[in-house]
Amino acid sequence: MPVTYELISSNVLSSSAASVTFSAIPSTYTDLVLRYSGRMDAGANKILKIQVAGADTNLSYTRLVGDPSVPSVTSARGTGISWAGYTDGSTMTASSFSSGEIYIGNYASTSANKAFSAYGAAEQNATDARMMAVAGLYSSNSAISSITLLDISTANWVSGSSFYLYGIKNS
Amino acid sequence: MTTAIEVNCSTGEVTERPLTAEELAANEAAQVQAEVDAKKAEVEAATKAEAKAALLSKLGITADEAALLLG
Repeated sequence: MPVTYELISSNVLSSSAASVTFSAIPSTYTDLVLRYSGRMDAGANKILKIQVAGADTNLSYTRLVGDPSVPSVTSARGTGISWAGYTDGSTMTASSFSSGEIYIGNYASTSANKAFSAYGAAEQNATDARMMAVAGLYSSNSAISSITLLDISTANWVSGSSFYLYGIKNS
Repeated sequence: MTTAIEVNCSTGEVTERPLTAEELAANEAAQVQAEVDAKKAEVEAATKAEAKAALLSKLGITADEAALLLG
């Protein structure tokens, strides 16, 4: 691991929560990486979304979905929101947690939009598992200092879900 | 009670707060929209599958044979 890949902050949930936010992110890095391992308290193959500054505003995305119930990879696009991957839900194999990552380039820029990539795989050591890859855009010149990861509807992260925010410097 | 977790990266402080009424309302609206979207996707997939089956039947070939033709 390069020395420029530094842990900024982390959180392991000790109780359930609807959302996890990293705020007051320092602007001293070039890129951000949010890695997580999580599970939701409802449904299966729960869809995550990312918010910037606590809102869906100025976000858009294109997603690729690999779903064993569909015989091919499907794609779609959305605006005014950005999905960020799948995560395990409560009806999936007990104690199975998903993994995922969001990479935000040039997050501290005050003169350009910010592109990001995300993936999240819901896995349960059984037949049904899904994977989503996202190409996202934050169409704003504002620096990103707060990001939130949550379900697109009303599910909560369960206790034990963990989140790690890293900063990458280009020098 | 539904809560939100916030990690302040500058201070390291972790705060937990209940969701606001606006956040709860937004989540409920998102839930409704998600269900609508899921239903729409189901209908579209079923319609496409039916159209594909009808076309294969009209052509008198199987899906595997159609794949061979397109490959």
